[in-house]
Amino acid sequence: MIRIALLVAGKDLRIERRSRVLLWQVLPFAVMALVLCGLALGPNHAGRSSAGPGLFYLVMLLVTLLMINRSQVIEGARGTRTSVATLGLDPAGVFLGKALALAVELWLTGVVVLAGAVLLLHTALVGSAEALPSVLVILAALAAAGTLYGALSGGGQGPATLLPVLSFPAFAPLLIAGERSYSDALHGGALWQWWVISLVALVAYVAIGILLYGVLEES
Amino acid sequence: MSSPTPVVALRDAVVLEDGYPLLSGVTLDLDAGTLSVVTGANGAGKTSLLRLLGGLTTLSSGSGVVSGVDLRTGDLRQLRRRVGWLGHEGSFYDDLTVRENLTFAAKALGRPVEEIARVLDRVGLANRVNIQAKRLSAGQRRRLGLAWLLLRRPEVWLLDEPYASLDDEGRTFFDGLIGDVVASGASVVVSAHDPLRSRALSPRTIIMAGGRIAGDLS
Amino acid sequence: MIIKLSQRLLGPVTLVSLALTLWLGLWVTPPDKVQGNLVRLLYVHPGIAWVALYVSFGTSVIASCLYLWKRTRSVVMDRVAHCAMEVSAIFLALTLVTGSIWGRPTWGVWWAWDARLTSTAILLVFALGYLALRRANDDPELCARRSAVFAIIAAINVPIDHFSVDWWHTLHQGATVFNEDGNFLVHGSMLWTLFLSLFAFTMLFFWLLRERYRLEVRRDAAYAATLDEALDQRRREGVH
Repeated sequence: MIRIALLVAGKDLRIERRSRVLLWQVLPFAVMALVLCGLALGPNHAGRSSAGPGLFYLVMLLVTLLMINRSQVIEGARGTRTSVATLGLDPAGVFLGKALALAVELWLTGVVVLAGAVLLLHTALVGSAEALPSVLVILAALAAAGTLYGALSGGGQGPATLLPVLSFPAFAPLLIAGERSYSDALHGGALWQWWVISLVALVAYVAIGILLYGVLEES
Repeated sequence: MSSPTPVVALRDAVVLEDGYPLLSGVTLDLDAGTLSVVTGANGAGKTSLLRLLGGLTTLSSGSGVVSGVDLRTGDLRQLRRRVGWLGHEGSFYDDLTVRENLTFAAKALGRPVEEIARVLDRVGLANRVNIQAKRLSAGQRRRLGLAWLLLRRPEVWLLDEPYASLDDEGRTFFDGLIGDVVASGASVVVSAHDPLRSRALSPRTIIMAGGRIAGDLS
Repeated sequence: MIIKLSQRLLGPVTLVSLALTLWLGLWVTPPDKVQGNLVRLLYVHPGIAWVALYVSFGTSVIASCLYLWKRTRSVVMDRVAHCAMEVSAIFLALTLVTGSIWGRPTWGVWWAWDARLTSTAILLVFALGYLALRRANDDPELCARRSAVFAIIAAINVPIDHFSVDWWHTLHQGATVFNEDGNFLVHGSMLWTLFLSLFAFTMLFFWLLRERYRLEVRRDAAYAATLDEALDQRRREGVH
């Protein structure tokens, strides 16, 4: 399982490095989304750090949707799907690999968006740095959940509108936990309870993915 | 003396997709180590039949056993490992090079990476190893798909319209390779439009129409 | 014979228990000394919430698990999972509506970003997502598998919803019937009317599930008939 996971993760990251979609499309989208959030709030409110954590995670949710869609489109081309299906890869390994690759991409994007939040929304640099570990855990949980929901929504062959409908209720608790932990880091509150929730969510989604991804792949 | 167990045994196989019968009751036996050509007009069900044999679609009614795996109750993932598929769509990751695609397949299958060079020589892509798959011509993509299959060495080869978009040289190459594969003991099922090509290839030609077998020239 | 008898009695028992709950709740039980007549929502809201979160959602999840397990996989399990989730969606919506009706005079707002309310709203979106997923696939087996997996994932949120009032101290009240020592917090006619309402809404769930299941069976039969026609037409394509 681990061998296949590393193989699949390496393949996904190599494709990403080759195509540079993350660099030239996703990162600009993320920064633009942050700018739009600031514009929507208006100049009097955009600079208040209380809005920063929530907006950061809102942008990251949208980025996650983009990345899941991208990952599923790569695998979803009919011939590719067929050829890879004939390799008989361990589905748990495939799930872990795709989730790991997505997590790495979200971490890279998250660091850029975090810097954007400090610059554009005036969230405190020190607090944002302290929030970084919880950000990484939440983004990893988003990656695991997103990989699962990407397969549920049809793996690139289902309607594009289905993915947000299915995934948003699952992402909502992660957004809440993320926003609360980031805010607590900014204002010196207790992070540990949100850490627990984030880690439990990550472990739960990884466990469910390992157990049930094969059922979805059969579909 | 008992007759050999067929590698494919279908009885009244029906495959539905969104309520439409792709296959409307196919009964078919194919012996191991043989070459069969499935021919017919567009929409006759050729690709659907091959996909059923490959465990890539599920049986809606009827019964079938392919390479020892029951299509209703068996593990289709196991069937897919035993079967090789070459479609007319792209079969690999467009952004990866020829070598990277085959390295991925080799590592997934647990084959030594050194086999890749041998396989690329066989299909005539040795001078294209660092080209991205999306930059290959249609014929070269087909050869890459064959290279993928040669790495896999499946028991059953399913080739869906392998001659489409190929010139004469490409077709001759394919004929030679298919002959070698059959000689090695694998079973090959080819779908083809061109009846002339099919008669030249094989002693058995299966004609499909309306999702069923309309004729069988053994 | 017992099954047939209980099926025959399900409708009348549901009707009678609901009518009794209505009568007791509106006329017989006294108003609360603090909430006044607002307490009468006690005989509606908890019963609806009980069915929404545990009975119907739980039935859907259990049926989904049984569908995914090869030994018990059958079209019956899939139908039960689907129908139960539809009922759950309705009851979850009603939970939020009745809760809002109680919340407006009590908290001063129709909606608050309270942990219990928010987690219930998330569950409702999950239920609606399940129904959207079912409509996105025409292949019955594909649909059944994906929906089953989705229902199991969604079940994670049920304990979150249940314990939300303990984990986060927000507006929604905690345990309604028992306190930590196991003593009743509701007394007299109010208590057994509350229990009756739980029973009545549970019966209502089973009645709705049964009727919805029957509709699903008829729908599947109609679909199978169209398939026969499609097969005949397809076969005629091959005849020259």
